[in-house]
Amino acid sequence: MFTDGMLVRVLDHAIFGHCRTPVYLKGKVGEVVSEAGAWRNPETLAYHKPGLPLRRLYRVRFRQADLWDDYPFPRDTLEADLYEHWLAPADDAAMGDRQ
Amino acid sequence: MTSQDPITGEASRRQHDLGGLELGLIDRHEHPRTLFEMRVDAMLMLLTHPGCAAFKVDALRRAVENYSKLDYENLPYYDRWLKAIRQLLVEQSVLTDAQIEARLQVIRERRAAEGQ
Repeated sequence: MFTDGMLVRVLDHAIFGHCRTPVYLKGKVGEVVSEAGAWRNPETLAYHKPGLPLRRLYRVRFRQADLWDDYPFPRDTLEADLYEHWLAPADDAAMGDRQ
Repeated sequence: MTSQDPITGEASRRQHDLGGLELGLIDRHEHPRTLFEMRVDAMLMLLTHPGCAAFKVDALRRAVENYSKLDYENLPYYDRWLKAIRQLLVEQSVLTDAQIEARLQVIRERRAAEGQ
């Protein structure tokens, strides 16, 4: 479980089935903005399973400059809804460069 | 870095996952809705409605996202849906492929007889 303001890293798992986490966010560090409820897991709903247990969904804010090479606007951000099982607490080392 | 497919060595990116790729400008032109598009949309709404629940929209996304690059790029949006709906109805044993083909044949013959 994550709280608002926490830094989290998007896990860089290989994807073998249906998944809502876009490739361009994998491995990136962002800040939890809010919790967006708990929902059935689309990764198993996609294969006609019940999608349980429910998974918490978090809105996470990333710096665009952390996502794209040579991005010129340092204050631009991007928010994405990500399920809890795709997130891990970002370690202290990540807080410096957020890469 | 993104993770690699252990077999192909390629990034595990499905056809729909296009964020960050150099693909040119998005075509933002609107076009009139066609009867075909509205029918496909209606069919999906009915099939995923809790009263019918043939499958979840997540399964539709999964089917579409698993298309080959060729299919994904060449099929218009609602054609992707239609192909996925057909696959999922067979997958869920709502219809068999033979039933769908037989019905299509009836429609083709009727259209031919009507000179369409």
